[in-house]
Amino acid sequence: MRVKDYQAPYWKEPIVLELSREGERGIVVPEVDEEIREAVGDPWSKIPDGMRRERPPALPEMSQFRVLRHFLRLSQQTLGMELGNDIGVGTCTMKYSPKVNEELATKLADVHPLQPEETLQGILEILYKFGNVFLGEVSGMDAFTFQPPGGSAAAYNNACIMRKYHEVNGQLEQRNEIITTIFSHPCDAACPATAGFNLVTLYPDEETGLPSIEALKEAVSERTAGMFITNPEDTGIFNPEIDEWTSIVHEAGGLCSYDQANANALLGITRARDAGFDMCFFNLHKTFSSPHGSSGPGCGAVGVTEELAEFLPVPVVVEEEGVYRLDYDRPNSIGRVRDFMGNVQVVLRSYAWAMSMGAGGLREVAEVSMINNQYLEKRLTALRGVTKPFGVERRVDQIRYSLERLKEETGVGTNDVANRMIDYGVQSYFKSHHPWLVPEPFTPEPCETYSKEDLDHWADVFARVVDEAYESPELVRSAPHRSSGSKIVAEPLNDPDGWAMTWRAYVRKRGLRR
Amino acid sequence: MKEGEFVHPYIPNSVPAVKEEMLREVGARDAEELYAKMIPERLRLRRPMELPDALPSELDLRRHVEGILEGDGNCADYLSFLGGGCWQHYVPAVCDVIAGRSEFLTAYAGGVYSDLGRYQAVFEFQSLIGELLDMEVSGIPTYDWGAAAGNAVRMASRITGQREVVVPRTMSPARLSIISNFCDSVERQGRIKVRTVGFDPDTGMMDTGDLEEKVSDETACVYFENPSYLGAIEAQGNEISSLAHDHGAEVVVGVDPISLGVLAPPGDYGADIVCGEAQPLGIHMHAGGGSCGFIASRDDERYVGEYPLRLISVTETEEEGEYGFGQCRYERTSYIARENAKDWVGTTVGLWAIASAVYMSLMGPHGMRELGEHIIQKSNFAAKRLTEIWEVRVLFPGFFKEFVVNLDEKKKTVSEVNEALLGHRIFGGKDISGEFPELGNSSLYCVTEVHSKGDVDRLASALEEVLE
Repeated sequence: MRVKDYQAPYWKEPIVLELSREGERGIVVPEVDEEIREAVGDPWSKIPDGMRRERPPALPEMSQFRVLRHFLRLSQQTLGMELGNDIGVGTCTMKYSPKVNEELATKLADVHPLQPEETLQGILEILYKFGNVFLGEVSGMDAFTFQPPGGSAAAYNNACIMRKYHEVNGQLEQRNEIITTIFSHPCDAACPATAGFNLVTLYPDEETGLPSIEALKEAVSERTAGMFITNPEDTGIFNPEIDEWTSIVHEAGGLCSYDQANANALLGITRARDAGFDMCFFNLHKTFSSPHGSSGPGCGAVGVTEELAEFLPVPVVVEEEGVYRLDYDRPNSIGRVRDFMGNVQVVLRSYAWAMSMGAGGLREVAEVSMINNQYLEKRLTALRGVTKPFGVERRVDQIRYSLERLKEETGVGTNDVANRMIDYGVQSYFKSHHPWLVPEPFTPEPCETYSKEDLDHWADVFARVVDEAYESPELVRSAPHRSSGSKIVAEPLNDPDGWAMTWRAYVRKRGLRR
Repeated sequence: MKEGEFVHPYIPNSVPAVKEEMLREVGARDAEELYAKMIPERLRLRRPMELPDALPSELDLRRHVEGILEGDGNCADYLSFLGGGCWQHYVPAVCDVIAGRSEFLTAYAGGVYSDLGRYQAVFEFQSLIGELLDMEVSGIPTYDWGAAAGNAVRMASRITGQREVVVPRTMSPARLSIISNFCDSVERQGRIKVRTVGFDPDTGMMDTGDLEEKVSDETACVYFENPSYLGAIEAQGNEISSLAHDHGAEVVVGVDPISLGVLAPPGDYGADIVCGEAQPLGIHMHAGGGSCGFIASRDDERYVGEYPLRLISVTETEEEGEYGFGQCRYERTSYIARENAKDWVGTTVGLWAIASAVYMSLMGPHGMRELGEHIIQKSNFAAKRLTEIWEVRVLFPGFFKEFVVNLDEKKKTVSEVNEALLGHRIFGGKDISGEFPELGNSSLYCVTEVHSKGDVDRLASALEEVLE
């Protein structure tokens, strides 16, 4: 075992507002030229009556170093992907984001999205090529948008497209149902619901881990607007009948949207279009390597068939004889789901990553991710207390395992194990989306970033914690012990008299003095 | 390395010997044998993808990408007066250092112990924006102002049980489009009807007579902005709020928070829910990729229970003097409730929340006040200089950093003028003649602390030349 103890930085850092020292300044605003001051006069006189701020905002007064040190300490108390081993954070594809791409992305820092198109030709070319060349080949789709700024936003975008499609065809009042599966990402249910659809959710068969095709046939009807589905689902099980599924939905008059948030192990292997999908989306902050950024900015890159291209949000990047422009004149467009062109810097990074890979590299990404998953499985299923639910042997990119047996035998559950892994310098893992159909779940995703040693390290740490659960369960249940903070008191979080989303609310509710 | 073998620097297990060893461990000859057990043959792509040749060399890649971007302009090379929802402000170096920290840049979904610092930084964003807005509740921000406004409108609709929203004609058409998508629904009875209120042509403020006609007992909320998309400060906040509240409607105000060192926070004139765009607070424009939409409200269960956002609450720990953090009423969110959630939430803009927390900490109350004063002086000076040009008019007098410049008396259209200004390496104001035909031949100019007096003079003389 190569498991090492770890101690997270422990700064016991105050809340930033407690660091205020009267009179200190973090940065100085430049002086306004005398000529301007004279020409304009008192700036407050330019503000209409009743609109002047009377009490200054109670922001902290801090010297620059004090601010820097505080936030540096907070960063140290964050176990970022680049410092640890994020194999456990499944469904999130915690891959390496090359540093050169960060540098390249800074070239967009001072670009305004409304600049004349002739000053944006390079970035428009990248948007166009990353969509129509790269994602076109990866997915088989015809037209693309990068406006949705995250995976859920892409699912919502696709729900809006579906709504518009049926509206234009005069069938919206009739077609108000979306079919999804319980192991598809929660956004595949929540986003169509926000767009006003009713949801029909299919549950898996205990053996196959997938809903039966009969269940789908019973679910479709003249009310079916479409299907939102992940494949492979969070279980890592690839639905081998997916093309029949899309046919059944099409025959009922619905459209099919493929949630490919993490498509890592499928690049160059199988394509959305070939399985009969009308729309798909890729999370560029997952499969295509843009950093996760403490949860964004990301991008849900949407691809659609020619038939649905007219519904894409505006603007769409088009190319005419080597000149790129933004097309706003699309009468059937859903309009906008986000301002401007979306998170363009994310697309730039993904383009650079995909260029560094090429077709062979992308295929290698897929193969290695898949093989890594098989290898980790072998290590994990050999452990006491760990089971792999459903009777499907080979899983693609990740597996939802269960610690139900561990819990029964030791009282130690998956939350405890996740917390204990932190004590070994490993990020607490992702358990499962809700509901927890698999009891005491965990879902590692060992993508291509991780070496064999990393896989062994993660498995060794996991094995150590499982042993601890049998030998000294209280040690695990009371974890973490070497993290940046102690066990939280959870009760106030859901109590209106206790919760505090701001420092000012905390001060008021706890009766503290500012 | 043997010929045909491929080892990529981003894929450690692409080393052939390692890959072979792992395949041996899992009992497979090659990847194909494994895929064959997962994915039926008919769904397989049986050819190599056709893509441009790979550039695995970092140097080659850098040259390639830099080569594509070489001809592009930006607001450092050009003198820009573009705004309209994305604005050029100064970003202090410390903001970039913190946003660039490996830990924050590459964290994602870690727990409250391993990512304690991330949770605290986001809680501090909520706390600091709360001070600026004078509100007690905020959450992890969402994608942009439009998404924040869309969520806020839907919150108001759920709170009141009503299905109409009143919005000002002066708002950004792009933002309105985002809100309209949020308000649309499959079934007619589920739709939130969007009603638009006109504006006073002299002031750019809301036409309150028209508002009175549009507000009714069916109104879920009245939404307005400060400053508006067209730049004017809406000074009738109290009147608008009273009208809305008299009908049982909520008041939702969208703000540019960089104005709040000098402008009254929306709660002072009746706002129940505040939303807006935090990009000016320490986030670069990133070609539109710097957007960061926030929502805030009073600390009332009726509001808290309707947020779609993740709300980070501070709490105590078992150790005296330590802070811990956690999710408040997480079961509201789509991660738990799926189709029964309050709208939906996902990966949004965590990094920008952190950058903007740093910005607000650096600026403090005095910095925000001084910056507000500074911007008002500069923008008013610029407007004054432009109106000294013969027959150029600035339409609405009470503005903060953006103002409408009208060229109706000139022979050239805004687009012709902007094209000519480009020859002077100037990005003229945004052409709004298509969005607001009632304002004629007009454009929206943005002036902030980044503009010097010399910049304004340069614009004025270039415009004079162009308009001659």
